[in-house]
Amino acid sequence: MLKRKKKEGATIPLAGMADIAFLLLIFFLLVTTIDVDTGIGLVLPPPVDEAEEIEVKEENLANILVNAAGEVLLDGEIIGVPQISSTIADKIRGNPELIVSVKTDRRTPYNVYIDTIDQLKMAYNELREEYARQSFGVRLQDVTREQLDQIRQAIPQRISLAEPE
Amino acid sequence: MKFKKKQATTKQGIPTASLPDIIFMLLIFFMLTTVLREFDVQVEYTLPEAYMIERIDNKRLVSYIWVGRDGRIQIDDNIVRVGDISSIMYQKRTEIPNLIVSMRIDQHSEMGVVTDIQQQLREADALRINYSTLHRL
Repeated sequence: MLKRKKKEGATIPLAGMADIAFLLLIFFLLVTTIDVDTGIGLVLPPPVDEAEEIEVKEENLANILVNAAGEVLLDGEIIGVPQISSTIADKIRGNPELIVSVKTDRRTPYNVYIDTIDQLKMAYNELREEYARQSFGVRLQDVTREQLDQIRQAIPQRISLAEPE
Repeated sequence: MKFKKKQATTKQGIPTASLPDIIFMLLIFFMLTTVLREFDVQVEYTLPEAYMIERIDNKRLVSYIWVGRDGRIQIDDNIVRVGDISSIMYQKRTEIPNLIVSMRIDQHSEMGVVTDIQQQLREADALRINYSTLHRL
């Protein structure tokens, strides 16, 4: 009886397995970064020689110029940065074809530029929110994927970065 | 009369035989979610803040460009010149066709350097960009 038992007992001890797994687990826990990248997404226009010149009617264009002093000019008139979103949203309501062109100087402060783009995104978000509420009766954050695609098609973001001189 | 404590005849104690399996499951989860690429950032920068931020879901598609407050540009682990960006990014784009370039630019930079980088990116056909910003409360 005893002898037979000894022969059967040739197994690998599994008690330490959990410890090894824990060690690996702790390593991966420590190196994992949970923080997500956040930022403002944008798609650049293709290189100049590839892009065919598209004629844009003057009335379909809103020109935003951020000058070297950090002042924002909308169609030649100075505008405060927090007012951009509502002004642009109103303009787009009046003309859904509107393209917003953003132009900067070489000495424009980067954070003013970011604030401006942020305001434009806010304007589009406001319009999309309205559209979602009118068409689907839900808030923008609650729409389904298909509805979101439809909203994106109905209100595309037409932000154009002007060609630098 | 002696009182005898009632005791269940079954064994007490949690069975630990499946503990390694549970730990391995957690381990595999963390192994799959970990992205091991980390960079030594050699430039000093403070990100600008914005309200309408979106998050980049797929970190594996992202490539970073840092611009410090002294105007130095870093890609991966190297400080690069503006003129080199397009070739570096072109090479990256051959590896990841739907590359997202995340630009971590100091808030007090001037737009000149940003425009230069953007022109380089357009040359390299890396058109999806993301201005890295913090969430303004």
